[in-house]
Amino acid sequence: MKRRDFLKAAAGAALCGAGTAAQARPNLQPAEKAVGMLYDSTLCIGCKACVAKCKEVNHMPPVIEGDQTTWDSARGLSAKTLNVIKVYKNGTAASKDVEVNGFCFEKRSCMHCVDPACVSVCPVTAMRRNPLTGIVTHHPEVCIGCRNCMMGCPYDVPQFEYNKTFGQIQKCQMCNQAGVERIDKGQMTGCAEVCPTGATLFGPRKALLAEAKRRMTLKPGEIYNYPRGDVSKPYSHHEKVVPAYLPHIWGEKEAGGTNVMHISAIPFDKLGMPPLGERSPASIAEGVQHTLYKYMALPAIALAGLTYVVHRNTDDDNEGGES
Amino acid sequence: MSVHKPLGGRILTAPFIFFGIIFLIGLYFMAQRFIYGMGAVSNLNGGFAWGIWVVYDVVIGTALACGGYALAFTVYIFNKGQYHPLVRPAILASLLGYAMGGFGAFFDMGRWWQFYEIFLPWNWNFNSVMLEVGLCVTAYILVLVLEFSPAYLEKIGAKRLLKTLNKLLFLFIALGMLLPTMHQSSLGSLLIVMGYKVNPLWQTWQFQPLLALLSALTMGFSIVIFEASFSTVGFRRASETPLLAGLGKIILGLLISFLLVRTVLLVVQGNLGHLFAGDRASLLYVIETALFLIPVFILASPVNRNHGGRLLIAAVSMLLGGALYRFDAFLFTLNPGVGYRYFPSVPEIMVTLGIVSLEIMAYLVLVKTLPVLHREEHA
Repeated sequence: MKRRDFLKAAAGAALCGAGTAAQARPNLQPAEKAVGMLYDSTLCIGCKACVAKCKEVNHMPPVIEGDQTTWDSARGLSAKTLNVIKVYKNGTAASKDVEVNGFCFEKRSCMHCVDPACVSVCPVTAMRRNPLTGIVTHHPEVCIGCRNCMMGCPYDVPQFEYNKTFGQIQKCQMCNQAGVERIDKGQMTGCAEVCPTGATLFGPRKALLAEAKRRMTLKPGEIYNYPRGDVSKPYSHHEKVVPAYLPHIWGEKEAGGTNVMHISAIPFDKLGMPPLGERSPASIAEGVQHTLYKYMALPAIALAGLTYVVHRNTDDDNEGGES
Repeated sequence: MSVHKPLGGRILTAPFIFFGIIFLIGLYFMAQRFIYGMGAVSNLNGGFAWGIWVVYDVVIGTALACGGYALAFTVYIFNKGQYHPLVRPAILASLLGYAMGGFGAFFDMGRWWQFYEIFLPWNWNFNSVMLEVGLCVTAYILVLVLEFSPAYLEKIGAKRLLKTLNKLLFLFIALGMLLPTMHQSSLGSLLIVMGYKVNPLWQTWQFQPLLALLSALTMGFSIVIFEASFSTVGFRRASETPLLAGLGKIILGLLISFLLVRTVLLVVQGNLGHLFAGDRASLLYVIETALFLIPVFILASPVNRNHGGRLLIAAVSMLLGGALYRFDAFLFTLNPGVGYRYFPSVPEIMVTLGIVSLEIMAYLVLVKTLPVLHREEHA
């Protein structure tokens, strides 16, 4: 093969690569028995019982701000706070669940993505999606601390312990990490268990999605019997007037969907949710990688061609090659 | 008989001592990082998990170290033997640049004491771009050591080993072209999964690897021109401008391809509007494009290509453009969400400057003691 032919072939292969790379794999589908949570912002009263319970389960200290020692004052997720309640405020903040001159609460914790970027990017498989439950867990014993999971996560969930000599990544593992295993034991997550209004509801993803869709169909002003705890076996109910839900279940489809879903009366971008499409970025990145590196075929062909040309061209000169 | 020879001369020159002091300051903060954790010296946070240690030391540093890669293509694929004198110094600069990147990656690792976990096959996640980068950069550093080893073997007079190595060298040269093609493109692919966090002007999705590779090659050629010009002035050696002029033509092609792909994507992917938004991102995009366009105008004229000074201006402009392209995408316009800001701390900057200083010191020592630079005709 002449050098020119080789170059033509190489350019052709590169173009084919770029072309097919455009066809990424489809989004991953929800795990068979995916469990998750439904957070209904309109039910949340901002008591932060879930924050306290989360710290108890994960043995993490409260965040103290100034003289305020009554509550955990964590304002955002950190390596010491895996679940936090945030406030939306506008204007006079007079009424709840109103966008203008209103306020509401919003929960931040791992969304347990159906197609998790953190799992996709981790070079050493330290982030894993349980094939059965869909729970995304972290395994520090193999983690090298490259923090690609933090950069890949659209919700900035994984947090590194920067202030420790030997730090690690921390994230919500839906109370099913080794040593806790509440889900395996048939319990629910700590945050759902203590939630007094059922704003955080635990359960199978399918049942939670059905519950969320049911709430979308309710008429504002009606009375609805809201469950508390686990949606498939609630430990109690309470009646409440139905608010004006926005017809949007966050996590049904966003970036491939999440197992922790949110519903609200205020648009999610106002509540700090990221601008996500339905396509999971992980699926695009993996499509590119697997096109370029499938069976290592392209690199192998390239290496064979390069070796041939280099060998021929160095033979002409002298056997010195590089020197 | 080698065509290269050591420069000789004193090691402890004023520049060497200057860089030595900066290195020692960097070393002090590096020690703190290992004793008290990354938070003690860096401004990294939950949103900006990658700061200048990743973006400068690894992403930009290894692109600046693409001289050996770019030149290998010219010499061994396009069979331009006349560039041979430039190869060895370029390989040395690449080796040092990649070693710096590898070292940077190591102390940026949050769990550095477990770094070996990435080399254990049962841990590998083949979906991970980072895995490809980690393994491929490591392999390339080893290849660079082998590619550079003839300089050392000549020095100690290990003739038989040298002969064996020279017989196999074609294989390492080929690997030395394949591996950077892989990981330099992957460094761009790292941006894909970051999705909306990457500004639309830089988020080209599946075209990230192509743009990263084209700009890395441009930077590789530019650094060859830059280093050759610098040795000419710094070490008072004969000018290599006639040699460098030819490289100018290759660079011109690469630059035009890069700009063309980027502009077409801007229109096709529907992000042209962001260019006219008049915000910081659009300004940075314009500056970047200008830095890539200046060399296009300079290199388009054969007269300029043969003018050492103008060639150097073109090279510097391209290096800045390529570096800014990476800084912009990974840091300057990155938006990880409300509430997160990042500007490197002084200790963080000192660590990076310290490592760059070490790299320069190593280069100075090695070109003086090993046969690296081309023997001058009249010498």
